[in-house]
Amino acid sequence: MSETAVSQAQSRSFILNIVIWIFVAFWLILAAFPFIWTLWGSFKVELDFFSLQDWTNALFGPQTQAVHGSPFTGEGYHGAWVQEEFWRAVLNTSIVCFCVVCISLTFGTLGGYALSRSGFRYTFWLLMIALIFRAMPPITLVSGYLQPFFAWNVWGILPTSIIVLVAINQPFTLWMLHSFFTKIPMDLDESAKVDGCTQFQAFRYVIIPVMWPGVITTGLFSFLLAYNDFAVTAMLLAKENQTMVPKIAGFLGTTQTEGNVMFAVAAVVSATAPLFVLVLFFQRQIVSGLTAGAVKG
Amino acid sequence: MKHLKIALLSGVAAFALASTAYADGHACDIGEGRVSIIGNEFPAIQTLGAGAAACASDSAEVTANLTKEHKNIQVPGMTNNPAEYTVAIISNGSIAPLMTDNLIRPLDDLIAAHAPDLPNQQKITLDGKVMAVAFMANAQHMVYRSDILAEAGLEAPKSYEDVLANAKVLREKGIMENPVGGAYSAGWGIGQEFNNMFIGHGGEFFKAGTAEANINNEKGVATLEMMKALSEYMNPDFLALNNNEISAEWKAGNVAMLQMWGSRTPALLDPEGSVEGVAENTALTGPMMVGDSGTPATTLWWDGWTIASNVSDADAEASFKAMMASIDPSILEQEGVNEQAVWLIEGYEPTNLSEGVFQTIKSGATPYPTLPYIGLLHTALGAELPDFMQGKESAEQTLADVEAAYTAAAKEAGFLQ
Amino acid sequence: MKHKTFFWFFLPTGLAMLLFIFLPIVSVISQSLHVPVDAVLVTVEECGPFGCKPSTTIDQEATQLLRDANPLGQWAGLEIYFDRSHLAVAEVGELWRNSESWGAFFNRLGNLPFYRAMAFTLTYTFVATPLLIIFGLMIALAVNTLSSWIKGLVIFFSLLPFIVTPLVGSLILFWMIDARGVVGSFIQWVFNDPTLSLKASTPLTWITLIVYGIWHSAPFAFVIFYAGLQTLPQDTLESAVIDGASRWQRIRYVVIPHLTPLVTFVALIQLMDNFRVFEPIVGFNAEAHATSLSWIIYNDLSGEQRLLTSAASTSVLTILCVAILLSPVLVRTWRDFNGKT
Repeated sequence: MSETAVSQAQSRSFILNIVIWIFVAFWLILAAFPFIWTLWGSFKVELDFFSLQDWTNALFGPQTQAVHGSPFTGEGYHGAWVQEEFWRAVLNTSIVCFCVVCISLTFGTLGGYALSRSGFRYTFWLLMIALIFRAMPPITLVSGYLQPFFAWNVWGILPTSIIVLVAINQPFTLWMLHSFFTKIPMDLDESAKVDGCTQFQAFRYVIIPVMWPGVITTGLFSFLLAYNDFAVTAMLLAKENQTMVPKIAGFLGTTQTEGNVMFAVAAVVSATAPLFVLVLFFQRQIVSGLTAGAVKG
Repeated sequence: MKHLKIALLSGVAAFALASTAYADGHACDIGEGRVSIIGNEFPAIQTLGAGAAACASDSAEVTANLTKEHKNIQVPGMTNNPAEYTVAIISNGSIAPLMTDNLIRPLDDLIAAHAPDLPNQQKITLDGKVMAVAFMANAQHMVYRSDILAEAGLEAPKSYEDVLANAKVLREKGIMENPVGGAYSAGWGIGQEFNNMFIGHGGEFFKAGTAEANINNEKGVATLEMMKALSEYMNPDFLALNNNEISAEWKAGNVAMLQMWGSRTPALLDPEGSVEGVAENTALTGPMMVGDSGTPATTLWWDGWTIASNVSDADAEASFKAMMASIDPSILEQEGVNEQAVWLIEGYEPTNLSEGVFQTIKSGATPYPTLPYIGLLHTALGAELPDFMQGKESAEQTLADVEAAYTAAAKEAGFLQ
Repeated sequence: MKHKTFFWFFLPTGLAMLLFIFLPIVSVISQSLHVPVDAVLVTVEECGPFGCKPSTTIDQEATQLLRDANPLGQWAGLEIYFDRSHLAVAEVGELWRNSESWGAFFNRLGNLPFYRAMAFTLTYTFVATPLLIIFGLMIALAVNTLSSWIKGLVIFFSLLPFIVTPLVGSLILFWMIDARGVVGSFIQWVFNDPTLSLKASTPLTWITLIVYGIWHSAPFAFVIFYAGLQTLPQDTLESAVIDGASRWQRIRYVVIPHLTPLVTFVALIQLMDNFRVFEPIVGFNAEAHATSLSWIIYNDLSGEQRLLTSAASTSVLTILCVAILLSPVLVRTWRDFNGKT
């Protein structure tokens, strides 16, 4: 790779290497410390992990020892998964994420491609309008949906939330994919059209094979949006169709009643674990997706 | 069709218990109709949900959506005709929006036909019409650490003046730096504490018969001054501590006197969840007095259920029967149900957990008002009071701000012209 | 591309946005111009488990007549936009007349909810956005020099702040920054002040929220910049090396210009997202010290009595503010676009 050639040519100084390593280590601690702390604490009782006496209790778990006879307990996980049936929420989140990513990318690539290939002035205004659409606070949108959705009898089911999440995320997806497609040389599909392809065939056979890097990056963001969403899923899903984040919020109790915070902590850790596996599994695709020159302005 | 059967929703165990209870002789026949319940999620309501679900049959569909988001969902979910939800489980704090939009129906005809023996104490009547059926009571009352107070040679407090005096002694003797607790978090929490203290000072929130706020007066000032004085003895982060966090403070043994919800006392009295010696020495007592009004500084709350007005008579009837079955005195025989709440159901046996709420009822406390515009005042209080509590402005200025914020909101909502 | 082809390609995404964003915006604008009809109040007796007392309620029959006459509600025009909870035109005018100095004027302006929220929102937006872009860029440059076997792992851990749901992430951080929490204790140790509390003072709360915002969004900037770095024109870079350009000069004259369009993109998205800051305020129970426009909307919608008109007006004002905020970027994009065709 020419990258290595360049780095050899650059021949970083030893000191610079140290500085870079220190910076990366600093960032990794900053980024991962709260999560690792949570992972460790999820095996403690609430009184230790959220100790208001001494923060070292979260490390050694004296109260956990007193209650469970060991400094570690799987109580939180048992409560979340067995008692509260967290797996249902995991299942629902998987369905929602999968559908949102697929539909978002399908709509987004078609639209983004069209915007990048049409030179007419309205494409600019469409992009601007999409941007203004994105400025709308989601909480207002969602509270406006409630009544019509009840009237049409589509409230509470997964497909409704999926399509709403897709729609809310379209402006971002469009912008990102549009900027990506403008960097794919026009000659590619123009020559295909000269050879007798329709626009769609040109898209299908010429553009799709080379668009994956950009699509993977955009897909990553669509996935994270669907995965983390609270505003839409909390208000638009009935209890039995709840996804993970509203379910976790439900563990936190209400004004008048005590919740079970450790269920929430265990659930958060469990919710992140599949992502870890996913990233390790798709590591090559994600890194190469990014590497192969995904986005450009 | 849209909902799975309720068994999935509200704890399989509770459902199993409920079904056995209803299997032996209490089986309910609600005839034909659709029952769909919206409500908050906590164990007592889940017991009701399971009880109603036991009435499901081939001809009657029973579903329940018990969720924290119930307040946001109930109005849109009951506005269409036919309404998505036939039953809403509410409290005196959340019934007002349903009444304002005329979304719930009087229950007199159904009570006459199906439950003539319903005790009067469970009926919520407005203008002679029964609008809701209450099933449990709740209140904020004082909780104190008997060992800490004894160590300093202090008596259990009876009024907020006592609380201040005790706190002063505890701090001076070096026993505890911040002995007073309270859910003073900005927003709903501090608004509620103002309400309590204002009622304790004998205040009336509105000029009689109108929606005009009546808090910008010497009673309001006295209320704020008392709150400020108490906050001097609280954790300096008090504006960021809500019920969850203040409860954690208690369990860590950092607080000696705290006004807390009756429904949260089981957690405070559980030795497993507290630092050693805290739960064992946690004592419950009634609400605090303040000033000389003779009314305690707290509010009484009930939780109850209502029937939607935008549903057919058959659905309303089925819903009524299912909900009556769910609050049948026999539910108290199920294991653990008696301890879930301070039930207003006949046959309920008070436990040591309900001591505080019962003392509150006996003390002559007033219920939280069900006025249509009280929620707007509550929100205005929650947003404006932090300025005063942080010492950024005077009590008079803050009360004037609250009044202005409330007036703007009430004008918009059509309560003030 | 022909108009017709364009139409079919754009249809799915256009339809989704039309139905779920455009129509709701239209209804929100209409909602912001109407208020509920005046309620007719009556005094009645109310009884419950705790006894009877007089109470006030709504005369449904009388009010229903008014509602039937005005199905959309009562026309209010821009009244709600100008009332105390929003632009507060009358109150600001009065302040202006009665304030002796600019300082006093701004001080008392902060007492009005909209302007108080604006103060935090704008500070947050203009401090957090540039910092997170710089930070994201630094991470991207650093990670780009790592050997490939460790990159995947570093990328995953770098994404964590972006992945962990803010709802619980902020709950855990809220405890960590408590005076007795691990981070709070550390900060007290660093500043050697055992009474230091991040939650009790307004400036410290603002700093906490801004730091959280940077921490949460830096991974977004990082991922985009990192992707952009992979397409650096190697030949330009190599010739720069041959010409004897220093490392800093290469970054300044080759890397940064190459990434400029991406910086614009990240700035566009982050300005918008930061302007709508909401979750950390709720997560950190920070509303005593910091509010934002999105928080005002949430507050209007989450009370016992929802204030739909108020929420709708604040939403429209948010969109207008975002449009003003982004206008320099939009003008630039317009020039680029015209240059392209």
